[in-house]
Amino acid sequence: MPIDLSVNGRTRRVDDDAETPLLWVLRDTLGLRGTRYGCGIAQCGACTVHVDGQPVRSCTLPVGVVESAAITTIEGVAGPEVEAVRAAWTARDVPQCGFCQSGQVMSAVALLRTIPIPSDADIDLAMSGNLCRCATYNRIRAAIHDAARAGSTPA
Amino acid sequence: MIEAPRTARLALTRRRMILGGALAGGALLVGYGVTHPMAVGGALLSGGGTDPEPSAFGSFIRIAPDGWVTVVNRQQELGQGIHAGLAALIAEELDANWDRVRVVDAHSNFRAYGPQITAGSRSIASNWEPMRIAGAAARAMFVEAAALRWQVPRAQITVRDGVVAHPASRRSAPFAELLADAARRTPPQSPALKQANDYRLIGTDRVRRKDVAPKITGAPIYTQDVAKPGMLVAMVAHSPRFGGRLARFDSTDALKVKGVVDAFAIDTGVAVVAETSWAARRGRDALRIEWDDRAAEMRSTAQIVRDYHDIAAGRTDLSPSDFATKGQDADAPLTGDVAEFTFDFPYLVHAPMEPLDCVASVDGWNVAITSGAHLPTVDQVQAARVALTIPGKVDVEVVPAGGSFGRRGLAASDYVIEAVRIARHTARRPVKLMWTREDEMTGGYYRPMSHHRIAVQVGADGLPARWRLRSVCQPLLPFGSNEQAVEGMGNSPYLASATSVDGKLYSPRFPVPVSFWRSVGHSYTAMMMEHLIDQLARRAGQDPAAYRRTLYRKARAARHLKVLDELCRRADWGCAVDVGFARGLAVHEAMGSVVGQMAEVRLDGNRPIVRRVVAIVDCGIAVSPDQIAAQIEGGIGFGLSAALYGATTLDKGIVQQTNFDTQPMLRLNEMPAVETYILPSTAPPTGVGEPGVPPIAPAVANALLALTGRPTNSLPFLKGPGASNLGPMA
Repeated sequence: MPIDLSVNGRTRRVDDDAETPLLWVLRDTLGLRGTRYGCGIAQCGACTVHVDGQPVRSCTLPVGVVESAAITTIEGVAGPEVEAVRAAWTARDVPQCGFCQSGQVMSAVALLRTIPIPSDADIDLAMSGNLCRCATYNRIRAAIHDAARAGSTPA
Repeated sequence: MIEAPRTARLALTRRRMILGGALAGGALLVGYGVTHPMAVGGALLSGGGTDPEPSAFGSFIRIAPDGWVTVVNRQQELGQGIHAGLAALIAEELDANWDRVRVVDAHSNFRAYGPQITAGSRSIASNWEPMRIAGAAARAMFVEAAALRWQVPRAQITVRDGVVAHPASRRSAPFAELLADAARRTPPQSPALKQANDYRLIGTDRVRRKDVAPKITGAPIYTQDVAKPGMLVAMVAHSPRFGGRLARFDSTDALKVKGVVDAFAIDTGVAVVAETSWAARRGRDALRIEWDDRAAEMRSTAQIVRDYHDIAAGRTDLSPSDFATKGQDADAPLTGDVAEFTFDFPYLVHAPMEPLDCVASVDGWNVAITSGAHLPTVDQVQAARVALTIPGKVDVEVVPAGGSFGRRGLAASDYVIEAVRIARHTARRPVKLMWTREDEMTGGYYRPMSHHRIAVQVGADGLPARWRLRSVCQPLLPFGSNEQAVEGMGNSPYLASATSVDGKLYSPRFPVPVSFWRSVGHSYTAMMMEHLIDQLARRAGQDPAAYRRTLYRKARAARHLKVLDELCRRADWGCAVDVGFARGLAVHEAMGSVVGQMAEVRLDGNRPIVRRVVAIVDCGIAVSPDQIAAQIEGGIGFGLSAALYGATTLDKGIVQQTNFDTQPMLRLNEMPAVETYILPSTAPPTGVGEPGVPPIAPAVANALLALTGRPTNSLPFLKGPGASNLGPMA
């Protein structure tokens, strides 16, 4: 049975089995390879995408569950929070190896959309599910504060 | 890219001689010859290629007609920012416009680029001379072209931000305008290099990464992201025990999985190839396999630890090697006031965020590989060996690695060989070999576990007078001495003023594979030396910083002394700390750099909470201060993760930690605030990627000692199921 997905605002029909994790449908079927495999058990956050605006781990989410949901990936995520996050990440040279950063950006954007001016405790809660083995954590935290300040200042 | 004219092609040969001379005489071959004999040998064998894009400005610099400078990065970019560091060395001497400099990664090519080895935190040190010479030679060619065109003396010409000028006559031209003329000039044999006080780029925060945009927009830049026409995905079922062999397998069910193309035995297990990653995974899960464990490692960790303790006590047939010997009476028993210490360290996984992967295709004699390779010229040789071809027929496309920490820098090229073996079965279809996280954590090549017994005879002055050191650690390389296992001990300044030193190393061999892990032997020798010195200071009733200062003075360890003094100053050492907190410090030299760290720690139950770390770095000239700070921050996070949680253990030969649930790693909420200070220096640059790792564990252990009075004699600090730190999103 083909499954109709809404990915980055477009409807995409796939014929993967319903239990296939969304991660592999995005990467292998739809060619959206910016969402990464890091653990396969929702422990590292490299595969974070937005489903109806919520950050979720796509590596353990069966694709059949998200039929009719709005899925957004790192390739399609857009808006003022995204621009603020990317500008802050660039200004602070946050990434090292960079492999986890798609997921970090997706989690940070979701946080700022929920809490425009997050506290350190808010950042701990929202970002501790995203591992970074290069330990770019302090720059991530600082960049989120930067992005929040940029978002709260009228352009 | 400009086509090199004939005259310049001739010049190119001479130019290679300049670079070649710098390489052969410099630290590169010497330094790597010690740590990576395979790498150098492999690189030498892999000659036969030609420069794919010959440029009048040498192998490392291309200049496009629009004036953009492309730097060819022969090192592996695995997060450390080397692409920008190398580009800065060239751009500085070339006086290029930094905003119009881009970087491409070199394919494996010994002829064009020399041995491509990213190891030992040596990339800046080993490129320091050759890249600056390359940049300066190219600059001289532009100066000469302008002097000829304008008929003015060369000495009156300036170059700045990619613009060549003759201020006296108010003439100027950007690189683009002079490019054709400059490319016809002969590069000078030994171009003059700038004095450090003339640097405009090196040592400034203008040296920024050039790879942030693709990394925050999800650009498909990693091996995992490679997609080629007709490509298959492969996964391999490995023996659950090290040294186990395949007895028999049944692929009936695996082949029924939709998308699975084939399943077959290879040297390392059973490979399943499929149209998609998920099909390969499901196909592999459906294999039925019997393993032959007759030659396998069957011990549990507790047994190996007991065996190591026996070996260190001399109850063994192994003969040790001497790694540090001093004094006539080195063998005589220690007498009087003797302090004894034992330390046990576990196996550690590298766990880069990108699990191991490699893309390979085999077409007759030709092999094409895409990989985040540290040692592409070694991988070339290893791939040629299993594909029955010659290294010159193997092309390694080097792409950014999603981390490595040493795992992708094995002379054995284990997963590269595995990918090539599989690709030989797939009738020219490219294969992307993917290891799962479980494969990576259970598949070996760990930081070796080790056991150490150290006894110190304390003199009347409270200082160590005689040392007896016994270490047990598997060898990292199949041949040669096992010097990496004890690096950081024999040359410790704490040994310098002793009258006798007796250091012996036992190197047992058994099937658990071990390898280089970020900071290698220093990852635990710093813990031992820095933690025991705090204990000796306490015995002598002295402040740990003051006690170190005395020893550094006696050893004439000027760099250690400066780092320690700056650390005490920046960390307000000796001032009161908040109730419930304690401070510990550690100073250690690794990869040519001296790093000091102070950690501010409290205890939550048995869990150390590290609030703040102050780090002082002496790494010679700082090419990119912001990237050095990033590496120190990252090194502290990496080292703290291992110190808190890192342990790969065996139960009857089976690895018990399979993923981030059973092997926790440091998360954002556990990361201390880090302040990094770089000491000014005029010495050539030394390592940065690894030296930030070793001091953090002893700094924390010393803080815990101050807090509780209890020493730490093994890592990690947190053991067993209670160690979990699962994040709130888990």
